[in-house]
Amino acid sequence: MPEKQPPGAVLRDRRDERVELVIGRLLQWGVLAAAIVVVAGGLLLLAQYGHLPANFQQFKGEDPALRSVGRIIRAALTGDSRAIVQLGLVLLIATPAARVALTLGAFVIQRDRLYILTTSIVLSLLLYGLIWGRA
Amino acid sequence: MTISLLALFLALGSFGAGLLGALTGLGGGLVVVPMMTLLFHIDLRYAIGASLVSVIATSSGAAAAYVREGFTNVRVGIFLEVATTVGALTGAALAGFIPTSMLAVLFGLVLLYTAYRSLRAPEEHSTDLPSDPLAVRLRLNSTYPTAAGVRAYSVQGVKGGFALMFVAGVLSALLGIGSGIVKVMALDHTMKLPFKVSTTTSNFMIGVTAAASAGVYLHRGYIEPALAFPVMLGVLAGALLGARILAGAKTLWLRRIFTTVVVVLALEMLYKGLRGGL
Repeated sequence: MPEKQPPGAVLRDRRDERVELVIGRLLQWGVLAAAIVVVAGGLLLLAQYGHLPANFQQFKGEDPALRSVGRIIRAALTGDSRAIVQLGLVLLIATPAARVALTLGAFVIQRDRLYILTTSIVLSLLLYGLIWGRA
Repeated sequence: MTISLLALFLALGSFGAGLLGALTGLGGGLVVVPMMTLLFHIDLRYAIGASLVSVIATSSGAAAAYVREGFTNVRVGIFLEVATTVGALTGAALAGFIPTSMLAVLFGLVLLYTAYRSLRAPEEHSTDLPSDPLAVRLRLNSTYPTAAGVRAYSVQGVKGGFALMFVAGVLSALLGIGSGIVKVMALDHTMKLPFKVSTTTSNFMIGVTAAASAGVYLHRGYIEPALAFPVMLGVLAGALLGARILAGAKTLWLRRIFTTVVVVLALEMLYKGLRGGL
């Protein structure tokens, strides 16, 4: 127990701690899964294109087929190495979104209306960026 | 240079950046973009895309350890993420209109500021001040573990912190960095959270902020797999190793080395930006 309580302080909720533990695990697994896919795709990429000259001094913009989540998944399923790397990166970008979704679930269980609203806003902004990609 | 050779160099450089970034607490994302653009002459937009991806990886990879220690304030994090994600989407929208030479100058200034902050010790401040009434309403006040047991703290300057977080989000998207330094400034300096809570909550937020703009950049073609994969894996490996050896490391001289690197890169970015060479 804290000896001194500043006015307005709320004691940390045990449930909050459990939620944080689950979130920590989720983040680790998300990064691990993404890294495995990226390593696999990356090695394949080097085998297929590694001998080509690197030319990234001028911005050309990535192949449109590798720019949206749906197309990346379809291309990765055909075994295209660049798409597999991109799929791993999409998994990685989605990991923080999954974390926010899990936090949202925890606030729903706690019936914490204020934070259900706050977390929903953050989640919608993230999904908006990832799925529609317009800013 | 072939794609394989470039990937090898990028992986090694990113590993070093991730390692030093973790050991000094300044983050690796800060030096990845200057490394890619200055050393390898890669277009700034590809560099930003690759760097953002690596920022997400390190933030998420390290968050697990932090969360377990019980320092992170999840409510503060989520509340401020509204500001950082709106900022990140704003920054991503602006990025299309700002000339790269101007971005290089901005990058140089952020690097210089980071170097300046890193050489100053974190200031001690009381955590017993009466809470910001807004923090009470938002239930942001919490507790954290100390050597003397669990201690409660109250949160100050909620509005100011929120505004700074918007700026952190804009910078993160424009420059492809985690903007940990601005986030810690908002949490530690403005909102007066205990330092450990500030750094862990900041790290917790960095991944979400970076993911918001990374999603937009994916659609805009900034994320090139041949560049992003060695950078992401390099930074992640370096950061994980750094976190592991952090316990017994003497970080003062490392911090000095890293700060020197940051200053050199800052001057180079400013020079290139002002001359219009990037």
